[in-house]
Amino acid sequence: MASIESIVRDSQPLKGPHVIEYPFRRSCGPILSEFFGALREGRIVGIRSKTAGVLVPPSEYDPVTAEALDEFVDVGPGGEVVSYSWVSKPRPLQRLDHPFAFALIKLDGADASMLHMVDVGGDESAIQVGMRVAPRWSAERKGHIADIEAFVAEADAVAAPPVLSGEDKPVRAIRTPLRLEYDFTAGREQTIFLRGLAHKMILGARRPGDDLVYVPPRGADPRTAEPTSEIVEVSDKGTVVTYSIVRVPSENIDLELPYVCINVLLDGSNLPFFHVLQKCELDEVRLGMRVQAQWVPDAELSASVTSIAFFAPIDEPDVPYEDFKEYC
Amino acid sequence: MAELCAVIGVGQTNFDANRIDVSMPGLLREAALRALEDAELTWADIDAVVVGKAPDMFEGMMLPENYLADALGATGKPLLRVHTAGSVGGSTANVAMSLVSAGLHERVLTISFEKQSESNAMWALTLSPPFSVSVVAGAGGFFAPLVRTYMHRSGAPEDTGIRVALKDRLNALKNPYAHLKMPDISYEMIRDSMMLWDPIRYLESCPSSDGACAMILSNEKLAERTPRKPAWVHGSSMRSEPVQFAKRDAVNPMSGRMAAQDLYSQAGIKDPRKEIDCIECYVPFSWFEPMWMETMGFADEGEGWKLTLDGTTALDGSRPVNMSGGVLSSNAIGASGMCRYAEAANQVRGEAGEHQVAGAKKALGHAYGGGSQYFAMALFGAEKP
Amino acid sequence: MRDVAIISFAQSNIEDDIRSEVEILQPVAAEAVKQSGMARTDIGFTCSGSSDWLQGQPFAFVMALDAVGSWPPIKESHVEQDGAWALYEAWVKIQTGEVESALVYSFGKTSPGDITQVQALQTDPYCVTPLWPDLDSITGLQARACLESGVVTETQMAEVASRSMRDAMNNPHAVRKADRSPEDLLGEPYRVSPLRDHDCPANSDGATVMVIASAELAREHSRRPVWIRGFDHRIDPPALGVRDLTQLPSAATAAEKAGVAKDKIDFAEVTAPYSHQEVLLRNALGLSDDLKVNESGGSLAAHTLMSCGLNRIGDAAMRIAAGNGDRAVAHAGQGPCLQQNLVVVLEGE
Repeated sequence: MASIESIVRDSQPLKGPHVIEYPFRRSCGPILSEFFGALREGRIVGIRSKTAGVLVPPSEYDPVTAEALDEFVDVGPGGEVVSYSWVSKPRPLQRLDHPFAFALIKLDGADASMLHMVDVGGDESAIQVGMRVAPRWSAERKGHIADIEAFVAEADAVAAPPVLSGEDKPVRAIRTPLRLEYDFTAGREQTIFLRGLAHKMILGARRPGDDLVYVPPRGADPRTAEPTSEIVEVSDKGTVVTYSIVRVPSENIDLELPYVCINVLLDGSNLPFFHVLQKCELDEVRLGMRVQAQWVPDAELSASVTSIAFFAPIDEPDVPYEDFKEYC
Repeated sequence: MAELCAVIGVGQTNFDANRIDVSMPGLLREAALRALEDAELTWADIDAVVVGKAPDMFEGMMLPENYLADALGATGKPLLRVHTAGSVGGSTANVAMSLVSAGLHERVLTISFEKQSESNAMWALTLSPPFSVSVVAGAGGFFAPLVRTYMHRSGAPEDTGIRVALKDRLNALKNPYAHLKMPDISYEMIRDSMMLWDPIRYLESCPSSDGACAMILSNEKLAERTPRKPAWVHGSSMRSEPVQFAKRDAVNPMSGRMAAQDLYSQAGIKDPRKEIDCIECYVPFSWFEPMWMETMGFADEGEGWKLTLDGTTALDGSRPVNMSGGVLSSNAIGASGMCRYAEAANQVRGEAGEHQVAGAKKALGHAYGGGSQYFAMALFGAEKP
Repeated sequence: MRDVAIISFAQSNIEDDIRSEVEILQPVAAEAVKQSGMARTDIGFTCSGSSDWLQGQPFAFVMALDAVGSWPPIKESHVEQDGAWALYEAWVKIQTGEVESALVYSFGKTSPGDITQVQALQTDPYCVTPLWPDLDSITGLQARACLESGVVTETQMAEVASRSMRDAMNNPHAVRKADRSPEDLLGEPYRVSPLRDHDCPANSDGATVMVIASAELAREHSRRPVWIRGFDHRIDPPALGVRDLTQLPSAATAAEKAGVAKDKIDFAEVTAPYSHQEVLLRNALGLSDDLKVNESGGSLAAHTLMSCGLNRIGDAAMRIAAGNGDRAVAHAGQGPCLQQNLVVVLEGE
């Protein structure tokens, strides 16, 4: 049987993968719409500004005066490398899987350079500042900056192949998917809380000398910022101090609708937290009702909040509102 | 002695679920250019820019204000970026006001925005780290239990929320910029709309919008020369408290009460119920109107709902609330707080169009955010303080 | 302008800190408050700086509030910028006369993600982010532009790195320290040519906390207050292809407005996450070639993103407070290739 002491001692913080992923959709507005539409056709357009000459990609406004711009100019497709960084080990999100360069390229007819990639077949010695380059067009162009796969030595470039899709509607929006992976660290007190759950123990923390117990522990008493270094165990039974019935789907929530989201104040804790109530008719949920954590089968217990499957009503009399009104 | 500060230009975008016709810089410029036009100024007249928005994850950008700097004419100028959760539109303006009152700048552009159609707010707000489970479904999931507590505490009639929503949705019909306009809106429609986060119904909830709101602030000297009437800042306040702590009152938070008291004391207001003509406050779910009426001292505790039921808060009532249609009608999260300020300022300028409160001399703008823990407020007057 | 002084400062920088952000920040805040001699509840304003992308969680700053205490409710604000801009907002707040003191903090936990790649999110979301240039590659474009134009040499870059890592040996908060000659460093392979590992920031997890106060309070609570004599910040356009990357006009303007050149400077602390940027900053801020810069080791020794700028200001202030100089320049920079720059001039009594 685990003790608080053994859990606190064994508190090498937990780490776990955390992924943020979303296919962002960006509306382009009139100027970028023209730019992306041209890329789809295998052309590059810039825009004339007073203070910085011809800008590529075109901007809706002057970079210094913010005045609106509207005079498109055809540029490129050839140009010159102004500066570059050599990526010897491409990262997973990057579009080429062999060594390449990110480069600032000044296209013919442009004054400002644009950032893109230069592919010289992985040979760093083949690139230098001043080198002439031209686009290697993607065959499946859809109105996106990646319609240019990369710039290549001008001698190796070929004219843009015709668009396969034959699409000619204005490019009103583009997709820019994002996927970032993190190695999340739970921290000291949360690790203790989570390790307790693996043993069906609910652990909270309090400031030494104080009687208010925080579940889950937060690392500090939010009122005073003093550390909550004293770990205490609380009951897995508690009282519903308030609740809502959720009938709307949410992207990161797998629960079947509708479900009851309760603020539960565990016996021995002074901070209600959100969880799910099940095994209860919707019209029977009420303030003050007594509930208990229902644990997943022992074999599935882990250092995770998922060790508590849900809360369920128990056969105990309701707690009068007066007794918990400070907590809701 | 601090400089006086005034709002001399106001601009906002047309709000919509999806402003597919504009880029993100284009959205901000729509609001900023309208504010400049209102003040009859150009980009070159602005000394500093203060940008606000809620989490960067909504647009999938990190420090987006850096990318937006030249779109806002900030090249070579100071640019600050505020983020205080949902209250950010208010607190951003407060920071901009402090640049003027400190005497550092004569004219400041402040702007806040959200382009929520680039992603999905429910996604961004329910991201959970490992070892945890998401059970709180977005902002509604967080605030619905507080509404239930308020209903329990106050014993308010169950249709209070429906009545607030009806009033705000009718007001929105008079606001050319509002996102949700429902000409056939009725009590029954709201009552019969789906419960999303019981006790909050669909039509008692704010939409998810794209939009931006901008204001031009200036010092006293320049405000006196401005072509349209300025709105004088009589006070601005901010308070924060922890999102959770033992025995916290999240329904009538101390931070909200303190921010209001601080505001009244700065503005020399002894009785807000008598001295303030109209209020534009952050009500993302209809029940928050009675809750904030109590927090800000317009009603005694447990009695805020009476102001809705007796018509005090209606556009033709004795102290109208959310004349523009409020957050229930347009909610580009980062912009929402500043829209409240902009409406309050326009009321005392006499520039509120069809939703103008006749003779409004003092108007309060209010924003809140996080778990009802961040508050920003400002009081605008038709006359100098 | 009202006289405002830095009266205390504390920091933590660890290469891979296993604690939560609140657990990292809490002891640092407690130390700064204690050193200030003021009660937490007597401090008039609180302002912080952070970014949600570091840990990949929205509202990181909301939780962080637990680490500084906010009950009874406090006057508080947050910038999604480096903590140096939070300091600016707090300084402005004192200038308005509304408050007399402020707690300023920032924190960053860069170890959970690929922070170099994450910073691609700071670029043009339509035409640049979709190509996913990492910050090393983005900054390499600037470095090569400087090398090509002769503004910087590879030897100078190695000298900056060598000196920074050597100076860092005296800094308990540095995470990258070494005694290596420039010649030795030039023998290292490139990470992202023209940048080698030691030319790039020493990413770390940490927090910085500072207390500032108006003149009367500062004199009451500090034996040697460090006065903020000049304070300004400016921004350049974002598009790298529009900027002359070998110049930092916004840094130069900020330095001029802050009054850097008005008197003799004893030393400087600048935010130069990449070695060549120290040279660019010397040029832009008008610092002489022999001026002592970044005795802390700077970002090449410890770089807690969102906190490093405030860290530089704090490091400079502490050196003045200790009597090691009377007038210093501190700089914070953020955005790709130092797009946005902030300059503070600090003086002892």
